[in-house]
Amino acid sequence: MIVKSLRYSESHEWLKEEGNEAYIGITDYAQETLGAIVFVDLPSVGDTFLQGDVFGAVESVKAASDIYLPVSGTIVEINQRLTDQPELLNDDPFGSWIVKIELSNPDELEALLNSDAYEALTK
Amino acid sequence: MLQTPLHHKHIELHAKMAEYAGFDMPISYSNIIEEHLAVRHHVGVFDVSHMGEILIEGKDAFAFASFLVTNKIDPDKVTYALLLNEQGYPLDDLLVYVMKEDQILLVVNAGNALKDYAWIEKQAKSFDVSTRNISDRFSQLAIQGPKASACINDIVKSHVTDLIFMTFKVVPYADKYVIVSRTGYTGEDGFEVYCHNEHADQLWDDTIKAGATPCGLGARDTLRFQSVLPLYGHEISEMINPFEARLSFALDVDHDFIGKEALLNMKDQNTSILVGLELLEKNVPRQGYAVYHDDMWIGWVTTGYLLPETEKPLALAMIKKEYSKFGTELTIQIRKKHVPCVVRNRKFYQKNYER
Repeated sequence: MIVKSLRYSESHEWLKEEGNEAYIGITDYAQETLGAIVFVDLPSVGDTFLQGDVFGAVESVKAASDIYLPVSGTIVEINQRLTDQPELLNDDPFGSWIVKIELSNPDELEALLNSDAYEALTK
Repeated sequence: MLQTPLHHKHIELHAKMAEYAGFDMPISYSNIIEEHLAVRHHVGVFDVSHMGEILIEGKDAFAFASFLVTNKIDPDKVTYALLLNEQGYPLDDLLVYVMKEDQILLVVNAGNALKDYAWIEKQAKSFDVSTRNISDRFSQLAIQGPKASACINDIVKSHVTDLIFMTFKVVPYADKYVIVSRTGYTGEDGFEVYCHNEHADQLWDDTIKAGATPCGLGARDTLRFQSVLPLYGHEISEMINPFEARLSFALDVDHDFIGKEALLNMKDQNTSILVGLELLEKNVPRQGYAVYHDDMWIGWVTTGYLLPETEKPLALAMIKKEYSKFGTELTIQIRKKHVPCVVRNRKFYQKNYER
């Protein structure tokens, strides 16, 4: 499954723009590969990251996977629901954002993959 | 990569596959949590045909096997023991089956089978025995869970549910025989069935038909961890002495065995000990993570999980002895955070064996 309107990273995060802000989550392919997710290690509001930085981790029963910020930014909101219901990332990966960021360099968006390019990557 | 005779079954079931001990093995079929719970509440079946089987035959078979392993071999039971090197450190942990007076079967870890066999061949020289590595001729299924008895009754015609924990029988199956052993690695009641490779497909199909959920190595590890059963490469290794790993129950120092002298010398000299840890906040401790007391490194996590039906993340850890008192506050470094935890008992789960 893939959502046409989103942008994607090669490390299987999705990004949804909203003005100067963006929501970040993990793709259906990522959750499928990880298996049952039991914990999401979230950053704190105010944390600042550069493009490609690890901003947290998604943990299945078996393994921990770092999650990477597709573009530089500052965390403005975290999805608190994931604290008690990490399985939302399995059930509805595109509907369950992990963090909302304020973009510090919107030009970086252009380098992300569109849905066709991402779909080709996961084939 | 090596494959078990049931590899094609796992592919048909679209299992998530990964390398383990040189084999392409199923990690999970549906998901690890569901498989874990199937074993805890119903019955699951694991293909554990990757395990190694070594046969010792001849006049001195019993004497030789006794000299090889740390525990007193009980001819009427399945014996859990360690195989030590001369320095007293474990080369492997294994199960010993006395098939006949002059025929002993050792079941060893897949990743150690070649190493073990080379060691055993070398030690056999002064005994009247022959040794054979028959790992690639036998398959093994583990049928585990509270409904395992009902399941096995649908599979073999002989009466096997009178077996108690850690005993076995050889019974007819198809045109040959299987070993049915009331053993397992999950903390639940269950059976391990050893068969000739040519019967593996039929045995697997019969087991599924009898209602068992196919379970992968992912759930096998969460189940054995929750039951605090040690795993070679985690709680047991050539770097951890048996006392540190709390394996005294597998040591019988009243008989002679390789490594005994060195073992006795290190008794009470171990500076580290295996403990249970409970995290005080939600996170997932994993093998190799560092354990600290204040700013001082005092050991490492050997296995850890955040398990289904338990709210608290748990870990087994090898830490310096002076910090092993229950209630001692420590931290585990998880990525950049030091997550607080306390030392606790290792009774993570009440085992349900048929005794």
